Amino acid sequence: MKQVILTILENTHLTETVMKMRLGGDVSDITSPGQFINLKLDGLYLRRPISVCDKDDESVTIIYKVVGHGTEKMQGMTEGETIDTLVGLGNGYDTSVSGERPLLLGGGVGVPPLYMLAKKLISEGKKVSVVLGFNTKDEIFYENEFKAIGANVTVTTADGSYGVRGFVTNAMTEDYTHVYTCGPEPMLKAVYKATKTSGQFSFEERMGCGLGACMGCSCKTITGYKRICKDGPVMMKEEILWED
Amino acid sequence: MGRLSVNLCGIELDNPVIPASGTFGYGYEFAEIYDINILGTFSFKGTTKDPRFGNPTPRIAECTSGMINAVGLQNPGVEKVISEELPRLKKCFNKPVMANVSGFSVPDYAYTCEKLDKEEQVGWLEVNVSCPNVHGGGMSFGTDPKAAAEVVKAVKAVTTKPVIVKLSPNVTDIVAIAKACEDAGADGISLINTMLGMRIDLKTKKPVIANKMGGFSGPAIFPVAVRMVYQVASAVKVPVVGMGGVATAEDVVEMMLAGATAVEVGAANLVDPCACRDIIADLPRVMDKYGIKSLSEIIGAARTSR
Repeated sequence: MKQVILTILENTHLTETVMKMRLGGDVSDITSPGQFINLKLDGLYLRRPISVCDKDDESVTIIYKVVGHGTEKMQGMTEGETIDTLVGLGNGYDTSVSGERPLLLGGGVGVPPLYMLAKKLISEGKKVSVVLGFNTKDEIFYENEFKAIGANVTVTTADGSYGVRGFVTNAMTEDYTHVYTCGPEPMLKAVYKATKTSGQFSFEERMGCGLGACMGCSCKTITGYKRICKDGPVMMKEEILWED
Repeated sequence: MGRLSVNLCGIELDNPVIPASGTFGYGYEFAEIYDINILGTFSFKGTTKDPRFGNPTPRIAECTSGMINAVGLQNPGVEKVISEELPRLKKCFNKPVMANVSGFSVPDYAYTCEKLDKEEQVGWLEVNVSCPNVHGGGMSFGTDPKAAAEVVKAVKAVTTKPVIVKLSPNVTDIVAIAKACEDAGADGISLINTMLGMRIDLKTKKPVIANKMGGFSGPAIFPVAVRMVYQVASAVKVPVVGMGGVATAEDVVEMMLAGATAVEVGAANLVDPCACRDIIADLPRVMDKYGIKSLSEIIGAARTSR
């Protein structure tokens, strides 16, 4: 974890409500796909945690949906503006247990962290299949980006306006060695039920600090209480305890 | 004695800055970021007799210049705090630490305090009679002078270290409660805990926090905290630890002018993990700017200078 000042290099629309922001600076503390960064925005008190979509030596890319005060503020920011950011938070996905044919399932703004994950898995020589789930055709993003890095991509839409009609679980292949997923909780539950192998699930929760100090984002697991920000956001399938 | 040092209940602090309970865990998360031995001390996560998961999530809500939390005293229980957290803390912090304790009955408080009192690294016991998050719990002690005094008496009877009672601002007469605690043997008073608050989500039309209400903290409550510290410090002889929305070195000085001997920093740690480090580093500059030679000289100066 490091506190750094990042400079906005790009802040553009991917869809009507989904934005891509690239931030330049020292992002060396981001070490695993599935980690997040925590942005301090003018006029807002708590930082805003956003998952990492990609990083290189000088920059980090995040993708966010404009849903509230924080993301509205981010949408209005322009190239050259700076953001006080905590980088390298959370555990991230473990690629060492993926096997040869990992299956990645992302829903909506749960898709972004799977991009850096797919890149890493492919660089490790694995055959990566990705299912990207959206509500409708107009909301689709990053299909081509995943194809460009060599992933086998299927898109699902809930209304059938593009790709496979239905949810990500409707497009799960039979022949996979491990599942990686990120998305809304109902989707995670459906993937959990449908998964025949081991897997890693990324969760979200309203956070206070993002550092593991405030216990604002705790959850119960098979192996005890965990903090989604520090012990997660990625949980192993075997440790997940669904409440209700 | 350095110009930043203060004496809190007989123990010398290098500086008056103390991360507040619940915003600093058991220290080691922050020790990864900076050397926490620069702190005066810190108050560790509120500890209870039995382990607690706390409240359902969401537990956190954004506010203008602040936040609401309803964590609900999540902690591993006093036995595990002693067997697991304190040994870990010892590796990154070599000063006396403040042990924050909560309870649901008078014997609960006494039990937990008695255990922690025996731990070498514990310098002070900070007895929280004010957590607003637990149904039928700590709140009742902190809102009634007699109940608060009962807790203090029971804790003092089984402990040897200084007992600082942490008070709730959600009361009509904070001075009456502070005096009752002092009369019952409290060695110090710390205040203010969070103020009871609430946010409602316009989209869902429901409370943001699962527990509906929670403790409001952050810079928005600073003026209330200064006022209450001033009132209590004017009424009691024991040292007062001021807190509530402190975020800068200037805030620390202001709290001390109001009567605080030491100053806790809470929500600021969650937003800026280096907040306490930066405040301590900035104190000499602020002291020079306002002609302050030594911090211990300004304690309560706002009361005597007019």
